[in-house]
Amino acid sequence: MNSPVFQATTRVITPLLLSFSLFMLLRGHDQPGGGFIGGLLAVTAFALYALAFDARSARRLLGVSPRLLTAVGLSLAAVSGVPALWWGEPFMRGLWLPLALPSELKLGTVLLFDVGVYLTVLGSVLLTLLTLSEE
Amino acid sequence: MLWMILIPLVAAPAAPWLVRRLGRHVGPLLALVPIGVGLALAIHLPMEPGTWRLEVLPWVPELGIHLAFRLDGLSITFGLLISGIGALVLTYAGGYMGDDPRLGRLCGLLLMFLAAMLGVVFSDDLFVLFVFWELTSIASWLLIGFKHEQAEARDSARMALLVTGAGGLALLAGLVLLTAAAAGSGIPLDRATRISALAGVGLSGHPLFTPSLVLIVVGAFSKSAQMPLHFWLPRAMTAPTPVSAYLHSATMVKAGVYLLARLNPVLGDSGLWHVLLTLTGAATMLVAAVMAAGQSDLKRILAYTTVSVLGTLTMLIGVGTDLAIKAAVVYLVAHACYKAALFMIAGSIEHATGTRDVRRLGGLGRAMPVTAASGLLAALSMAGAPPLFGFIGKELLLKAKLDLEYLGVVLALTAGLANVFLIAMALVVAVRPFLASRTVAAPDAHEAPPAMLAGPLVLAAAGLFVGLVPGVFDAALGSAMASAIGGRTIIMKLKLWHGLDPAALTALLISAVTLALGFAVFLRFRAGLSRLAGRFARLGRHGPARAYERLYGGLMDLAAAVTRATQNGSLRRYTRLVLLALVATCVYPLSRAVPLESVGPVEWGWHEAAVAILALVGAVTAVLSRSRLSAIAMVGITGILIAVLFALFSAPDLAITQIMVEALTVILLVLIFHRLPAFSHLRTTAARLGDAATAAAAGAVMSLMVLVAVAAPLPATVSAQMARLSVPQAKGRNVVNVILVDFRALDTLGETTVVAVAGLGVYALVKLSRRARGEGGKP
Repeated sequence: MNSPVFQATTRVITPLLLSFSLFMLLRGHDQPGGGFIGGLLAVTAFALYALAFDARSARRLLGVSPRLLTAVGLSLAAVSGVPALWWGEPFMRGLWLPLALPSELKLGTVLLFDVGVYLTVLGSVLLTLLTLSEE
Repeated sequence: MLWMILIPLVAAPAAPWLVRRLGRHVGPLLALVPIGVGLALAIHLPMEPGTWRLEVLPWVPELGIHLAFRLDGLSITFGLLISGIGALVLTYAGGYMGDDPRLGRLCGLLLMFLAAMLGVVFSDDLFVLFVFWELTSIASWLLIGFKHEQAEARDSARMALLVTGAGGLALLAGLVLLTAAAAGSGIPLDRATRISALAGVGLSGHPLFTPSLVLIVVGAFSKSAQMPLHFWLPRAMTAPTPVSAYLHSATMVKAGVYLLARLNPVLGDSGLWHVLLTLTGAATMLVAAVMAAGQSDLKRILAYTTVSVLGTLTMLIGVGTDLAIKAAVVYLVAHACYKAALFMIAGSIEHATGTRDVRRLGGLGRAMPVTAASGLLAALSMAGAPPLFGFIGKELLLKAKLDLEYLGVVLALTAGLANVFLIAMALVVAVRPFLASRTVAAPDAHEAPPAMLAGPLVLAAAGLFVGLVPGVFDAALGSAMASAIGGRTIIMKLKLWHGLDPAALTALLISAVTLALGFAVFLRFRAGLSRLAGRFARLGRHGPARAYERLYGGLMDLAAAVTRATQNGSLRRYTRLVLLALVATCVYPLSRAVPLESVGPVEWGWHEAAVAILALVGAVTAVLSRSRLSAIAMVGITGILIAVLFALFSAPDLAITQIMVEALTVILLVLIFHRLPAFSHLRTTAARLGDAATAAAAGAVMSLMVLVAVAAPLPATVSAQMARLSVPQAKGRNVVNVILVDFRALDTLGETTVVAVAGLGVYALVKLSRRARGEGGKP
């Protein structure tokens, strides 16, 4: 689509959408949100960019291959369950760092898991969208 | 003992890397791994009969399964064979593969197999043994299909995997039943899975004993290629020759025999055991020996003689007398040595001449003197000629038969007849190519490189050495191994010359007659070959291999038919099938579920009703619309309105997700809009009515499901408890998220995997279809 207005708007909205998706990811443990929703939001950011410009530009903006992102995300989600085994806890039992951050954010394996979900959803759905639109 | 299994397992993945760095001379370096294992085992020599060393680590203590390993005469003998022949084969592989870049993979797989096989023979726990047993099947599958670019290798590998894998399932079922029988007889669970604890207990009275015995025997027979499950082994000869020498003659195919020997003290007090083993073994021994004579490929001849020997060993274990067990011990060790040597020699001949067809080979003795000498020694051991170890084995075998009250003479004559063919084949394989004064297939034949000489030479020399001083073997290991198989103390005193008692003389007489007959058959080999081969080709058309082909082909046809019926490429049919399947599977359970009267009154306000009605209007409009764009828009509206309903019923996470999905669906459709085919209408009213019926049924089932879910007396405590535990246990106030990422994180991991696979699936479908059309896909 070659609409200067749409393109200009997209340039502004995309970073906002991406920040918002990160916000949704991080606040998910206490407020509505989470990795899945955050990932979908991030996809809409890139999808919007692909609409305004083209799929190739969206790929350039992403910087890495969506397949790699999927693989990294899934591995991260799976690996986040492993540390619990070290302490003799069952696989996937959540562990938290005893750190008090100056916000509601808490660091732990559960957050790692959610980040993994975020990356997987982003990579996989974007892979679908870009593959189909480039066909 | 665990480290003996772990070190080769760790070395396996390093092998390809080492080969890349150091080239093909890495064989002897990798051989240090099995040599180390062998030395560690040799420390325990000489083994006192009837003693063993145990090492136990807990693994699944709840089920009584422990990593229990046992060293006794039986496992040490096998361990020494596995590590010793393994070292020679790894050395040999370097010479055989030359500069083939796949040498690394071959060595890695061989080491992996070595670890698995050591695991089989060390395990004292039935289920740990089973795990290693399956690992050997997998290693064998990978190694048979090593040249995977050849369809024949793939077919043979699959056949071996399916036959031994099916046998493995039977074995697992048998082991479970055996454990149940043991537990039912009052043995504590902790000991019911342990072979050493079950030996000599006498479980044959338990009703589960007989089925478990049959299943275990079937598993062992499939692995050790007993009739009628033997057909995969000759086919497995598509593997590289080092693999055939190692897995398919010396070690893996003996795993079945090992299992029978190991469980003889547990299962041997039943008459069925003796009958099954003796008869199957004897039949296999004779038929395979005769079939060997119908082959012309060196490796296939050797494969059939291997099947025959495995039959002999099975039969000897089945007979189970002291003499028979002694014969089995000697025969097993002798066979492992000479057969591995013969396979390596066959590989060297192929390496030198480029053919394995015995009809085209001859006169190689001058060009390959060392190989020829090792071949002669190994063949003499196989033929059972004095003074080699094979001779002692054969004498014991014949004496064991003649010693029996029933059928002794029959079995002895059967063994003698089988032996005639084995002798002839030994001469055909390892003497004829070297001595016969015929034209050579390849005039530039050359002696094998040193790496390929070591194996045959060492193994053939071992056969001669132990034959000359058999006392070394029986004192160090033989008696301990025989005692382990028999479950009682059996002392072996091996001698080359048994003196002049009548049994020994009869055995010697039969031996001499078989040698003469075998030589006669050898001389008539060429004339008889084509006739025999023709006869067996005809027989093969009705054999068990044929049954396998039919079964496998039928399965493939069925799969193709199902695929054609369901996956015809029409999205409409896919949707209809999915919906109808949903209806079909849910109707019955729903009809038996909670009566609907118990659905309480639902609180609803006017705004909820309005949203619901609007959503309905959207859905109906979508169905009726005549353009794709309006249909998409209407479906989108319905979705958004449902998201609003979620929000109204205070499920913000669900609402956000729903809105995101709707938005992305619309974006996707816009992206691919101009590529979709024209919006089509069903031509016939009947088709439209059919779709309407499907949709109505699916909608009704979904509604019913929701109503039943609401009506079900779900313990209110579940959601209350999740909400209560959310903050203290998972430090999160959003219960939905806590359930997703903490309480039920494993489910989420599964769903995330589905998301990932779906994306990759779309990618693969699009890129593959593009490649099929001949366009280059972007990586």
